[in-house]
Amino acid sequence: MQQLLDQLKQQFGDAVIETSSFRGDDTAVIKVSHLIDVCRYLQESCSMNFLMDVCGVDYPERKDRFEVVYHMYSQSTRKRIRLKVRVTEADPHVPTVIGIWKSANWFEREAFDLFGIIFDGHPYLRRLLTYEGFEGHALRKDYPVNKRQQIPTPISLLD
Amino acid sequence: MARGNEFTDGFLTTRLDEVVAWGQKNSLWPMPFGTACCAIEFMGVVSSHFDISRFGAELVRFSPRQADLMMVMGTITYKMAPILKRVWEQMSPPKWCIAMGACASSGGFYDNYSTLQGIDEIIPVDVYIPGCPPRPEQVLHAVLRLQDKITGKDRPKYDRVIPILPAREVRNS
Repeated sequence: MQQLLDQLKQQFGDAVIETSSFRGDDTAVIKVSHLIDVCRYLQESCSMNFLMDVCGVDYPERKDRFEVVYHMYSQSTRKRIRLKVRVTEADPHVPTVIGIWKSANWFEREAFDLFGIIFDGHPYLRRLLTYEGFEGHALRKDYPVNKRQQIPTPISLLD
Repeated sequence: MARGNEFTDGFLTTRLDEVVAWGQKNSLWPMPFGTACCAIEFMGVVSSHFDISRFGAELVRFSPRQADLMMVMGTITYKMAPILKRVWEQMSPPKWCIAMGACASSGGFYDNYSTLQGIDEIIPVDVYIPGCPPRPEQVLHAVLRLQDKITGKDRPKYDRVIPILPAREVRNS
């Protein structure tokens, strides 16, 4: 299983910042600039055909505050891998991977909705779980626990 | 043929609104607004074992225009709130509302950014049912209490307007 991480390190060199392997969970932290290349490589050469989840994580104490985590699975080799990219609060831009896995669409909208991470190139980056007019991003650690927003009024049923 | 006692045998007198209320209370048509597990419990109430039709409220309508009892069963999020309000407004008066379960009554344990702390923040509620989820007997009890209310002196005020709450801070417990 270590093999896949070694393969990534060999292929992309410095773009792989760190790797870890805990009880069979292989994780690679990579540079945002190489995200599309790494994902395309995993999908085309390592048969990682199934993007299971994309989510955001907030680490307020870090310089690169946000992390975007991708979980991939290969239905033919039955292997899994986890990719992480780190972005700052000032520049929370990550390229979209919709071109590689279509399932990324709603995952990325969810991460945008709850963490405010902007996925460049996303065709329809709109809030998914909260509503239009919601202020702020609810799963950021500095979102006030006791804040209640105005209850929305009925909206037009046509989009 | 003897005549003279038509007005003592076979007649009873009442007031029109009382006899109308008597009819209404015995033929409540519920509109189930089920968003969570309480709606599953409601299926048990409607089915033969508990059988809500013993109290005349078995005719479940999935169109608000044909119903006069809204039963809100489950968690209502801020995103769902305008939909619930619109469905309630589509019901024609007279209409009543039962908040079933902890979530619909008070938000339950979802005291967070996304959940309405009780549907009475947006629509008037006549009967609240505690429980997570409530027993079917509690739902039947709620229907009986609503029937008392319909024929009683404090007829529910279904046209009460609830003002929209502004953004605010709640007490952090």
